[in-house]
Amino acid sequence: MSDTAAPRPAYLLLEDGTRFDGAACGAPLTDVGAAPAGRSTGEVVFTTGMAGYQESVTDPSFAGQLIVFTYPHIGNYGVNGSAMESDRIHARAVIMREAVNHEDAPTAEQGWLDWLSDCGVPAITGVDTRALVRHIRDKGAMRGGLFDGDVAQADAAAAIAAEPPMAGQDLASTVTPAQVETVGAENAASGGPLIAAIDTGIKRSIVRELVARGAVVRLHPLSDGPEALLEGDPDAIFLANGPGDPGVVAHVIPTIQALLGSKPVFGICMGHQLLCRAVGLETYKLPFGHRGGNHPVKDLSTGRVEITSQNHGFAVQTPDGSGRIDGDEPVRWETDFGPAELSHLNLYDRTVEGLVLPEANAATVQYHPEAAPGPNDAGYLFDRFLERIRTGSLAGVTRQTGDAAAQAAGVAPTAGTTKPAATTENGDAA
Amino acid sequence: MPRRDDIKRIMILGSGPIVIGQAAEFDYSGAQACKVLREEGYEVVLVNSNPATIMTDPEFADATYVEPLLPGPVAQIIERERPDALLPTLGGQTALNLAKALHEDGTLEKFGVELIGANYDAINCAEDRDLFAIAMEKAGLAMPASLIVRSREGDSADGARLPEERIAAQIDEAIAKVGLPAIVRPAFTLGGRGGGIARTDEEFRKIVRGGLDASPIGQVLVDQSVIGWGEFELEVMRDNGDNVVIVCSIENVDPMGVHTGDSVTVAPQQTLTDRLYQKLRDQAIAVIRAVGVETGGSNVQFAVNPTTEEILVIEMNPRVSRSSALASKATGFPIAKIAARLAVGYRLEEITNDITKATPAAFEPTIDYVVVKWPRFAFEKFAGVDETLSTHMKSVGEAMSIGRTFGQAFAKAMRSRELDAKVQIADDATAAELVERIRAPRTERYDVLLEAIRRGASDDQLHEATGIDSWYLRELRRIAGDPDLATDAAAGEVRTFKSVDTCAAEFAATTPYFYSGWERPDADGNPRHEVDRGDNPSVVILGAGPNRIGQGIEFDYCCVHAAMTVRASGRDAVMINCNPETVSTDYDTSDRLYFEPLTLEDVLGVIEVERPEGVIVQFGGQTPLRLAQGLQDAGVTILGTSVEAIDRAEDRGSFGEVLARLGYQAPPYATATSFDGALEAGEEVGFPLLVRPSYVLGGRAMEIVYDRDGLADYLTREADTTSGKEIFLDRFLENAIEVDVDALCDGDDVWVGGIMQHVEEAGIHSGDSACVLPPHSLNREMIDRIRDWTRGIALELGVRGLINIQYAVHGGALYVIEANPRASRTVPFVSKAIGVPLAKMACRIMLGERIGDLDLPEDPFAGGHIAVKEAVMPFDRFVGSDALLGPEMRSTGEVMGVAADFPSAFAKAQAAAGSPLPSGGTAFISVTDADKPAAIAVAQLLHDQGFRLLGTRGTQEAITRMGLPCDPVAKLQDIEAGGTDAAGHRTAVSGIEAGEVAIVVNTPTGSGARTDGYEIRRAAITAGIPCLTTVSAGLAAARAIASGRGGPLPVVSLQELNQDPVGGAARGRE
Repeated sequence: MSDTAAPRPAYLLLEDGTRFDGAACGAPLTDVGAAPAGRSTGEVVFTTGMAGYQESVTDPSFAGQLIVFTYPHIGNYGVNGSAMESDRIHARAVIMREAVNHEDAPTAEQGWLDWLSDCGVPAITGVDTRALVRHIRDKGAMRGGLFDGDVAQADAAAAIAAEPPMAGQDLASTVTPAQVETVGAENAASGGPLIAAIDTGIKRSIVRELVARGAVVRLHPLSDGPEALLEGDPDAIFLANGPGDPGVVAHVIPTIQALLGSKPVFGICMGHQLLCRAVGLETYKLPFGHRGGNHPVKDLSTGRVEITSQNHGFAVQTPDGSGRIDGDEPVRWETDFGPAELSHLNLYDRTVEGLVLPEANAATVQYHPEAAPGPNDAGYLFDRFLERIRTGSLAGVTRQTGDAAAQAAGVAPTAGTTKPAATTENGDAA
Repeated sequence: MPRRDDIKRIMILGSGPIVIGQAAEFDYSGAQACKVLREEGYEVVLVNSNPATIMTDPEFADATYVEPLLPGPVAQIIERERPDALLPTLGGQTALNLAKALHEDGTLEKFGVELIGANYDAINCAEDRDLFAIAMEKAGLAMPASLIVRSREGDSADGARLPEERIAAQIDEAIAKVGLPAIVRPAFTLGGRGGGIARTDEEFRKIVRGGLDASPIGQVLVDQSVIGWGEFELEVMRDNGDNVVIVCSIENVDPMGVHTGDSVTVAPQQTLTDRLYQKLRDQAIAVIRAVGVETGGSNVQFAVNPTTEEILVIEMNPRVSRSSALASKATGFPIAKIAARLAVGYRLEEITNDITKATPAAFEPTIDYVVVKWPRFAFEKFAGVDETLSTHMKSVGEAMSIGRTFGQAFAKAMRSRELDAKVQIADDATAAELVERIRAPRTERYDVLLEAIRRGASDDQLHEATGIDSWYLRELRRIAGDPDLATDAAAGEVRTFKSVDTCAAEFAATTPYFYSGWERPDADGNPRHEVDRGDNPSVVILGAGPNRIGQGIEFDYCCVHAAMTVRASGRDAVMINCNPETVSTDYDTSDRLYFEPLTLEDVLGVIEVERPEGVIVQFGGQTPLRLAQGLQDAGVTILGTSVEAIDRAEDRGSFGEVLARLGYQAPPYATATSFDGALEAGEEVGFPLLVRPSYVLGGRAMEIVYDRDGLADYLTREADTTSGKEIFLDRFLENAIEVDVDALCDGDDVWVGGIMQHVEEAGIHSGDSACVLPPHSLNREMIDRIRDWTRGIALELGVRGLINIQYAVHGGALYVIEANPRASRTVPFVSKAIGVPLAKMACRIMLGERIGDLDLPEDPFAGGHIAVKEAVMPFDRFVGSDALLGPEMRSTGEVMGVAADFPSAFAKAQAAAGSPLPSGGTAFISVTDADKPAAIAVAQLLHDQGFRLLGTRGTQEAITRMGLPCDPVAKLQDIEAGGTDAAGHRTAVSGIEAGEVAIVVNTPTGSGARTDGYEIRRAAITAGIPCLTTVSAGLAAARAIASGRGGPLPVVSLQELNQDPVGGAARGRE
């Protein structure tokens, strides 16, 4: 890939007819109407992370989507095997303002655009991505496609119309492995816990975090039932992230229901959504999702705010059905598996970011404590999971969104001679 | 946590005068803090000696003290005002040091004042290298390895030499611990003699051995070298719930080795992988926790080895900083404002993001553009100074630009510098020569680098020579053709205005903060602008661009006042500026802010989308004035004084006609365009002469010559006598009193706001001269004549707004030196001194009001108090330049002293400017023959105050002849072994260096050469003692010393002055 070769014009068309022009980069654009594997149509979503492009495109959760990077320069430090979140690129296409192919960056093994090209993933650069993002923000996530400049707009529009909408798509089944794989087997020798994971498209960093904490992780295809998962008496169950609509991955719901209560369970992202559905809660599609590395999430058990890595288009519905949690009262759902309590709250739009089911010994978060890309603030959740495996139970605490939670958790204001009296709200009603 | 209600009154410390390394950014942060704390219902007591700040506008605090930022005066203020808390983290290093001193001397404890924002231990930990290193080690963070190798016992030259094997063992240990390359610095050698960078084991041993021998105490400091590593900064904020966010990452394009203030920097960081960046982020959070900053912002600097990905912590500042101002402007996250709220108890999640109004401040801004900051230098003003950039900051200002890509932002930043002269590159210089030229970092580095690329230099060559990351070199190569066209013209990109919104458009922004980028248009070919200007009429205010000597914060002050006035008139105020350090580029200041370069093309780009009623060019110094004609030609309405009137005042010929018509006299002058012509004209006008090239700013290259030879020498050195450019020659009125006047005019009526008498005689640039308001030695008749002439000139020129006129009083006659129909540098000083905001009044006139509408006092200076302005010079930063005042302006900032009498006000101003006058000790006097009569008066006053007098031969004789005891100093050539001459006297320089002198009065005998006088002034500045280079300033100082004998001078707030404008206020309610 040379910077000087004259780029081919290309354009992004959205299903509402809005068009953004740019120049093709990455793999050549396939013909309109190509087979699903090679097509460059799908849901157009944006991520606001400023780096970590390689982690993003290899994250299986992006299957079926065209990624818009809001940061203009993408490709600055090339690509490197250590940044792979799976064995391949899952995004269907990449949309950028200013693509960079910097193959001689200090730790680069290859240039970003050369790699996209080798992987057969088309991309476009020179797009006014900010205008595009504003459009999606205002109108909601929608389907779209990337096309060669020579493709007639009407043909492009037809190709987009043929693309199924994201809501209702079971994409997890397309990324789940064919057979069981075990990672971190070496930890077994030192008595490390065995964690059986339902692999709906797990990110390598999740596995890495668990293995780094001494666990043996066994990854199961989506089709495996409770018996397969419980084989060898694992110490815990993990529910992974993954792409598509959690509402249609119904086939794993009975499996989760059968496992709940028998073992400590931890779920991330789609795993969080699937667990919630398994206990009877609803999920719904967000207007344009959360994708990036700067969303503030409050851990209601400590009152602390962490900056999180996010990548999801669906969310768990609140008890009142509004999708938002306002006010400082503890939030709980009554489920067939005992109460579910809100444990983590998104401070941007006050959506559900995590909950705990003390009676079922289960905890889940919507966001990505494994980061990659994004901040590492939430790594403690893996520690909590491992701790839970060791102690066997999840202590129930009433979680409040206000200051009382912080008081209860002992996160008192730091030193200082004459701080005001603490608010008297009682936060330790555990 | 809710807001604290156990504190009611909070003291905020400003940063004092603008100096290199501490500029207008602290006015921005302090003004924000004042605003926020008052909104929260606290009473604010503000101390700042710098009158040219928005924060010292009386409406920004409940009590505003323009007093010296020294423990004594601030303790007096604390005693009077009894604040509950002191917030020291918004006034730079000055405020932090002051807070530390007030803690250490017991003042805070005595009056029960709590330090908020950062406590004493945290300040100490960040400031003290050893404590910091211990804290970092505890937190598991690495710093550059460093240790001392000794060849002697103890820390003195008398120590016994250590046995050879112990020395050898230390050297082995040093190389093992520090690694290569290493920096070796012998202790106590002049200019680091005997040190160097060791790259090999052999070199290391050789340099360390040499250094041990060179060091008088047998010690060398060995540091791990991080030169060439990447330099990164993270802006961190923490609240009292231990929630921490990173506001912004900043990458220096220049690798380690150049001070970040002198580096071209970029936000966000560009070259780190996400994983490595997150490591930096984790470490920055660990640093703020380890240092123990409870609430507020800190800046953490890192060195990163790009190949090994090794990270080292370099330093942290537990306060808002220049970088945090940059980060605030770069992201839209107002760090100072939020830091102030955190200091009074709020948590990040309880504070609303100003820009979205819907999300909390507990988040990390993500940006979808690139920000480039470029330093602005002023080396041309300091002849003889080494221009190589190093870890010692030398820039005087900065410009910031925002673009959709790095190339766009970089090109805009280059334009924003507003260089007076292009970087000179010989037509026949080869790429290889240019690569060599940029090996050492200098101000011209990037201009030469782009040319080297055009002439064929490879990225490898450039990287090898500069250490600049290859990513930047690739991007620079893409714009090398024509940086101003950093757009893909082939793709049909058009200028498109985008918003700065902290969130990459994820949420709708309500704050109108814009920049232009180049983007493909929409399907109809229209730019996808985000500007929604509504229907309200707007007025565009052009800012002053990067701070530089001669155009500083004073002009930003005026622009901010203009914005306030335009808003108050019901119109939308639209600000265009590119200086991130300022209040004018705070998005709160105007209705719409455009962060753009101040070039005609960029300004017209804004005007196209804004369609303003008019443009104000009068307040931003020379920068907007230069654009006035072009704007008018493009059909834009210039508000206030017409472009024609500005030209008439600036053009010497037509201004001469104005004066002739009015019958006012000016010193004789001539213009010439050739060497011979200039000599001839010089004879005609008569010596001494003030000479300068045409179109210069801040008196650049202006000199006084006394004869034909001096003129010839000047012409050879400074003037371009070959290209037909004009050279101005004015008769210089020796020993004249210079007078500055700021006045308002509406076309029919004139109101004189301030008449200032300079302390230094004419010939010293007005920006560098101390001045006193009202005049202290002009008679009524002269003052009336000055008023009449001011009125005459303003009306004749047809001024609408402000005019500044400079006069000289010489032999009882009045001369007009020059007139500038615009806001002058002294507007804020006069406004504070008289309690009338001149810039606001001028803006109201420009918007159509009459002087009669403005409710102005008849005599603005009836109050009876005296205000003195003193300039602050940056000589300590420029080793090698002469510390002399002259016709070329070289000060970076100013302070004000207010008191009931002139000597007290002068003493306050001196103290505020950093050289408090001594109350006793030895005074060293050395003056020219012409100054001797006046110097004797100085000597008499100082003698009466108990000073011992010391003088150079001639001065000493003159003083002794008058019957005063005065010792002579030795001449350098008479010095014998032991450092004294036969009579046992030291030289002046060694006396000063030995700390035996408390004050120096030294007037120059000639220019250029490195005279004794030069060495004396240099020594005085190094020793930090007052050095007065004119005899009139010496006299003022002597009087001030005499007046200060009665104990500390009373402090007074501006609010008291305004409400009780009688001298009595200054005597205070002590």
